[in-house]
Amino acid sequence: MFGNITSSMLLAILPEIALLVLITVIFIADLVLHGKQNSNLAGITAVGIAAIFVLTLIYARPGETDELVWGGMLRHDWLAFVFKLLFLASGFITTLFTIGWESVWRKGEFYVLLLTSLLGMTLMAASADLIMLFLAIETTSIPLYVMAGFMTNNDKSTESGFKYLLFGAMTTAVMLYGLSLLYGLAGTSNIYAMAESIAARAIPSPVLVGTLLLILLGFGFKVALVPLHFWAPDVYEGAPTPVTAFLSTASKAAGFAVLARVMIAAFPSILADWQTIIAIAAALSMIVGNVVALTQTNIKRLLAYSSIAHAGYALLGIAAASELGVLSVVYYFLVYAVTNLAAFGVVIIVYHTTGSDEISDYAGLSRRSPMLALAMLLAFLSLAGVPPLGGFIAKVLAFAAAVDAGFVWLAVLGVLNSIVGLYYYLIVLKVVYLFPPKDEKAIPTRRSHGIALATSVLLVLLLGVVLAPWYDWAAASAASLF
Amino acid sequence: MIPLSWYLFVAAGLFSIGLYGVLARKNAVAILMSVEFMLNAVNINLVAFWRYQTPESMNGQVFAAMVFAVAAAEVAVGLALVISIYRRRKTVSANEINLMKW
Repeated sequence: MFGNITSSMLLAILPEIALLVLITVIFIADLVLHGKQNSNLAGITAVGIAAIFVLTLIYARPGETDELVWGGMLRHDWLAFVFKLLFLASGFITTLFTIGWESVWRKGEFYVLLLTSLLGMTLMAASADLIMLFLAIETTSIPLYVMAGFMTNNDKSTESGFKYLLFGAMTTAVMLYGLSLLYGLAGTSNIYAMAESIAARAIPSPVLVGTLLLILLGFGFKVALVPLHFWAPDVYEGAPTPVTAFLSTASKAAGFAVLARVMIAAFPSILADWQTIIAIAAALSMIVGNVVALTQTNIKRLLAYSSIAHAGYALLGIAAASELGVLSVVYYFLVYAVTNLAAFGVVIIVYHTTGSDEISDYAGLSRRSPMLALAMLLAFLSLAGVPPLGGFIAKVLAFAAAVDAGFVWLAVLGVLNSIVGLYYYLIVLKVVYLFPPKDEKAIPTRRSHGIALATSVLLVLLLGVVLAPWYDWAAASAASLF
Repeated sequence: MIPLSWYLFVAAGLFSIGLYGVLARKNAVAILMSVEFMLNAVNINLVAFWRYQTPESMNGQVFAAMVFAVAAAEVAVGLALVISIYRRRKTVSANEINLMKW
């Protein structure tokens, strides 16, 4: 089945191999370094991820044709390539933000978990087989459960890990039952052989739709879609904030990469059915996410509900099931990942000084630290979809895809929801800019945090102003699925 | 030979028992046990489908092996998290672990 291992097969899993090497390096470094030296672990991880990013960018670029490698387990194509770069970039920024987070940094195992989860995500983006897909999803999720509950001396963090694990284990089991039925119905576990096999066997569509619903339960949990969103606010609030940032960006993007690939490759025979299901989930996610966000007083919970709403917007592209749709999903996540990382970056920096996540404690941030307030302004306006920032382009593409595929009502709903979104983002900005500070003391920023925040804010601007390179990437990813 | 559907019915029954347990039980350890039921139902499905449909390819067996390997890892992590919460709250009841809501 494998035959000879060729260099193109190895290049297809270059990021994974490099991540594994880095994990080993961290293990050894954790063993060798003592006491204060342990603060170098985050630095080693960050530099390592940056190096892997460059390596991947140069060497792991897919060729002209998309190929299935490793016995059909993985697909080496542009979608996988772009998402891998996205995960690595989020991992890099997250690592920089962990520096200084009490009871998390200086711990080798934390970075090993982070890298393992990253490894799982890179595999998720490339999986072309149900077995690989399941393994990749679990490699991503299990470290995340531990990371969410990492602060064992903190009631909220342990509760967060506990809830994440229970809901995760439950939905994974249901999803797996769906996957086992799908394997039985199709008689193959390869996602790309599935559509043909299902058509040849003339599987009745109600059976297939039922199986799909079971599978979607697992995917929906991973990306926090309504009605499977209930875990997200609690887990996001309790987890260490850098972990929350990672969860809401990379983990969510990985779920969407899988969703796009599986839905389009494996279920063309029930296209209209799954489009309806996805469209309903998108509508519910947008409405529930935005409306409940209006009443939040904790910034992490507010961002949790906002991320549920954003999953709804991104879902428009999947519901469209067209090339433009997938393009919009990829673009949406490029933008959303850097924007949300910037937003959580500000939350992390402010927490280090104030020790609070309450929105009322952000009063007068513009006077305490003008640069931080500016970063927050740009991030929140991008989340709200204001031009010329990245969020605007991403939303335009998503709505265009929906209209193009005939989901005009969904696009209208999306626009209305964006207005609601703008309202609660502006309320936070009002507190930041107009309210008098309770405490005039300046908010210091660590250099590593400054670099990470500046990088993400710069990318938010770049994604909104310089379109061509990113658009080409997204277009190439979309083309690789059709 | 026993028809394939019998295995599928057993698996569906086992899965339903597990699902009921997950939804009805309050004790975290019992919930994890119920999840194991569901995963075993999956394994019965996988192995039965493999044996009756494509015994010449190893996919189904590999899938089943992956499922129980990952299930073991998940339970190990799960019990660790349950212990860490028990140390702080002296309870493993999902009802009483509700510091955060809405």
